[in-house]
Amino acid sequence: MSIRLRRTMLFVPGNNTSMVVNAGIYPVDSLMFDLEDSVALDQKENARFVLHEALRTINYQGKELIVRINSLSDGMGQMDLDYLIPLGKVAIRLPKTDSAQDVIDCEEYIANIEKKYNMEVGSTKMMAAIESANGVLNAYSIAHASKRLIGIALGAEDLVTDLHTKRSPSGLELNFSRSMILMAARSAGISAIDTVYSNLNNMEGFKAEVEMIKLLGFDGKSIINPRQIQIINDVFSPTEKEILDAFEIVSTMEKAKKIGIGVISLHGKMVDKPIIERAKKVLEIATVTGQLARIEDNYNE
Amino acid sequence: MNKKQTFKAFNPENIETKNEAYITHRVENNKIVESLEEAIKATGLKDGMTISFHHHFRNGDHTVNLVLDTLNKMGYKDLYLASSSLNVCHEPIISHIKSGLITQIDTSGLRGPLADAISHGIMDKPVIFRSHGGRAAAIESGVIVIDVAFLGVPSCDPLGNANGYSRDDERANDVICGSLGYAKSDAEYAKNTIILSNHIVPYPNTPFGIPESQVDYIVEVDDIGDPSGIMSGATRFTTNPKELLIAEKAATVIINSGFFINGFSIQFGSGGASLAVAQFLKPAMIERKYKARFALGGISASVVELHEEGLIEKLLDVQSFDLKAANSLKNNRFHQQISASYYASPLNLGAAVNQLDIVVLSALEVDINFNVNVLTGADGIIRGAIGGHQDTAAGARLAVVVVPLLRGRIPCVVDKVNTLVTPGKSVDVVVTDYGIAVNPARKKIIKIMEENHIKIMDLKELYNIAVTMTGIPKAIAYTDKVVGNVTYRDGTLIDKIYQVKD
Amino acid sequence: MEVTKQSVSGTLESSDIMITIEKSTIGNQIELNSTVEKQFGDSIRKTINTTLREFEINNAKVGAIDKGALDCIIIARLKAAIYHSVSDEDKQSEVFKA
Repeated sequence: MSIRLRRTMLFVPGNNTSMVVNAGIYPVDSLMFDLEDSVALDQKENARFVLHEALRTINYQGKELIVRINSLSDGMGQMDLDYLIPLGKVAIRLPKTDSAQDVIDCEEYIANIEKKYNMEVGSTKMMAAIESANGVLNAYSIAHASKRLIGIALGAEDLVTDLHTKRSPSGLELNFSRSMILMAARSAGISAIDTVYSNLNNMEGFKAEVEMIKLLGFDGKSIINPRQIQIINDVFSPTEKEILDAFEIVSTMEKAKKIGIGVISLHGKMVDKPIIERAKKVLEIATVTGQLARIEDNYNE
Repeated sequence: MNKKQTFKAFNPENIETKNEAYITHRVENNKIVESLEEAIKATGLKDGMTISFHHHFRNGDHTVNLVLDTLNKMGYKDLYLASSSLNVCHEPIISHIKSGLITQIDTSGLRGPLADAISHGIMDKPVIFRSHGGRAAAIESGVIVIDVAFLGVPSCDPLGNANGYSRDDERANDVICGSLGYAKSDAEYAKNTIILSNHIVPYPNTPFGIPESQVDYIVEVDDIGDPSGIMSGATRFTTNPKELLIAEKAATVIINSGFFINGFSIQFGSGGASLAVAQFLKPAMIERKYKARFALGGISASVVELHEEGLIEKLLDVQSFDLKAANSLKNNRFHQQISASYYASPLNLGAAVNQLDIVVLSALEVDINFNVNVLTGADGIIRGAIGGHQDTAAGARLAVVVVPLLRGRIPCVVDKVNTLVTPGKSVDVVVTDYGIAVNPARKKIIKIMEENHIKIMDLKELYNIAVTMTGIPKAIAYTDKVVGNVTYRDGTLIDKIYQVKD
Repeated sequence: MEVTKQSVSGTLESSDIMITIEKSTIGNQIELNSTVEKQFGDSIRKTINTTLREFEINNAKVGAIDKGALDCIIIARLKAAIYHSVSDEDKQSEVFKA
């Protein structure tokens, strides 16, 4: 089975029927249908019905489908789960996760629905969005709170308010939070997804932020407009040189293995285990993005 | 061999230029006549004859309505109206049809209330639809004999040198339209040409789109059109994510088609997705150090920008889409005004469309056999124009049609087009938001797409995706009355449009 | 189910439909105004009727202004309108999740 990339997670407002219906056409890894902040309070039910019918009937061409539900604190989130879990098609993004207990509460509610509808308990996956100081400090326990979790995500707009600051081009104010979330995700072996960048007209600034979060180790980013897709996919796809280098490392290592040599060196440098692991990861990603096939073709000609 | 000539003896008395009477005469003798009525009378226009117009003023045009009102007052009947196209603003033609002033129409397209009325059977004789190239050929070959061409222009000198802008009188640029491409053929072949202009500028009005040798009468009018309806500042790039996605896919197809080489030539048809393709080609052009030799057709701001950045060497402009394009024609040395015939006439082997490598075209509908409809909507009502669609698709080495799979609930990839305008045989690639299809006859393109790992789908597959989402639309009900004859660019009849039944 | 009060769901945006439902005394009535009436008018009425039947609603007046919504959106908007118009007890019905 190939790995699931989560470079791009496109926000789709749940009550916008045109976007809900057309979301499948964009080259993103995940679609995140929103019932929370992008839906007005008096439209919550309406949006829930829209997602329920659309997710049931529309073919989203194999993309990962995620629904951001409302908070469970006032009963709205539970209603969202009641309608969406039985579809058996979507992962649930829990908003404003402050502690491991939030995840456990949600998981319990989901498990009951799964039992009620004779679904395999644990089959519904979850993501937790961290959007407060408590959430950031509890990131480790949150990330480890459930086997259902496929990732944790940073939600910066609420977080900066909680931190008594605001978002800046450098992202300095999010340094600690980003690092914390990344550490927690890696510790739990799940994805780390960065927050949205909301200035659609500053593509340079967006690109700089994408490059930074990739360097930090994030798997990808939530996006609010399809115009942002290409830049993320470009930044997160390995370069041709990286792929060729990785290819050389892995094939040299395999040859060495055959003749019983444990440690190899390439171009005068020792190639140790972490380098091989990284090379394998690059090839894995390049396989999913289709780059490997393209490069192999070029070299076969 | 030259004919044998016989000569009369030279007589200095016959030289008129130095004679007092002649000098006065020369100052007074310009082609300006007092009124439109006077000009019309002078042409000898009679009932049953053919009059022509251009559509460079698009939806801001006031000349067609002005001239037809005048002809109506003068009591004319049974005129054949040949306009390069007609728009929403031409609704008053409905009353001229009812009064019997206009009995047949020959145009590239129809829109708005007039189109609706014609689709509902208001005319006895079917409208004849022609492409821009097809119209030029019909005029050149005498299929359309224009008795009087009425050509509105933003600037004209007293002898008839006319243009869509003026280099020396900025006031004339209040109502600027840029190229007069479609008017040029009319002026060249019409038996009589009347220019209507709101700005008479001093002789010589150079550069000119129409030379004075082709102009018989000039009428000064207060108002030729509404600038805001003629052109906007710059056709803005679409921000519609779906159109951008289609444009990006189309650019990927073009870049990997084998036709994207240094010195290529290209045309972008009107429509958000089509015009946006330029912005996705630009990075690849810069990266590979490619320059386009020329861009053709309707010229818009995005193409002008590439030209001004040195990425497109020459612009051949039959129609300026926006103010930026019109100003570029005025100011840029390598931005050239061309006629409809130069652009696309099938009688002209050297027509620019035949030199074209790549064209990107919009569509209302494409069917599973790559046939394209740009004339009638899904409800069967006329709402578009052939434009240069047939001409560029036939001429270009790579014709890419961009179309969304669905518009709302209306599938745009269908089993059979409502109206056949551009035959599938001349369409190479169809790009939709749900996938790309290559004409099965284009083996080379299919091969190169596969080599570049660009996923190709069957148009039938795309059609199935569409109707799975929308359901199969109910067939449109028509009467057996023909309201439009659609011609192919060679003058043959390619399809008929019937009256819709309500 | 019984429609007890008037309710509205949906918008007038493209690809959406605005549905109003209210009590009727003369069986189900549908008043449709659609941009795709010619191609899909009958189909939309059928979809609305089928959904009303699923909820066993027999006395409702449904007004629909359609801007080219797909079937799933028509059903979603109608279900939401029904949801808002029925008693709290009826709101618990599994038919809404079907």
